[in-house]
Amino acid sequence: MTPDLGKYAFAVLASYGVSLGLIIALVALSLRRARRTRAELEKIEERVKRHG
Amino acid sequence: MSIWEYANPVKFIRTTDRILPWVSVAAVLCLVTGLVWGYFFTPDDYRQGSTVKIIYLHVPAALMAINAWIMMLVTSLIWIIRRHHVSALAARAAAPVGATFTVIALATGALWGQPMWGTWWAWDPRLTSFLILFLFYLGYMALWSAIENDDTAADLTSILCLVGSVFALLSRYAVLFWNQGLHQGASLSLDKEENVADVFWYPLLVCIAGFVLLFVALVFLRTQTEIRARRSRALLAREGRT
Repeated sequence: MTPDLGKYAFAVLASYGVSLGLIIALVALSLRRARRTRAELEKIEERVKRHG
Repeated sequence: MSIWEYANPVKFIRTTDRILPWVSVAAVLCLVTGLVWGYFFTPDDYRQGSTVKIIYLHVPAALMAINAWIMMLVTSLIWIIRRHHVSALAARAAAPVGATFTVIALATGALWGQPMWGTWWAWDPRLTSFLILFLFYLGYMALWSAIENDDTAADLTSILCLVGSVFALLSRYAVLFWNQGLHQGASLSLDKEENVADVFWYPLLVCIAGFVLLFVALVFLRTQTEIRARRSRALLAREGRT
């Protein structure tokens, strides 16, 4: 099942590792910032509503 | 119904909120299917050996690195002409995604180039224009962060985006303009003779779809975030004044 990458194993595995790592980091950072920004806005809107 | 309705931030968030889960699931399905298919179930190339498996990351990432900038160009033009804030924020949201795809294209290209060309890097027209495109991405993001006033930042970054578009187009067509250089012609072609063999083409097509869907999902999510961040800044500024 696992392909024999032969002498190019480093090039192939490093390509997949770097690419998937960057994609996962980008998605995680985007989700984290989305959650934080949404919570911050809710807090500010709540405060504005309370103080008129 | 007009497309300009989506320039309304509330309408944009409401609509993309409904679409986002579907696009995200489709992106994950396409990426997993395409990469597993390409990595585990395709043969080695007779010349490139197993390095051909890098094509499933390199080509979609390079394609989207350029298309992300083209999308930013379109939304920047909409900002310049029609002054819709959502379009300027969509361009801002797309930049880190495009920059990441550019890094993936450069890194996988170098990793493939070392065993195939005998060098990690060459000052070849396509590679160089891609590196300049990446520098434009960095400059674009830095400019957004450096300017406090959102409208001024949108104006200046839009101009930068127009200038950078020259390099986005160069990265795509450099191999046609100049014959010298190591980078081969486009892997994808409508001409069946020039296109990659079907056994590599079908999983590659699924990976390209995955990258496109991932880009759309991330731009929707990040544009929503930019809209909310802008509203927070506006509310805080109003609070400060009262």
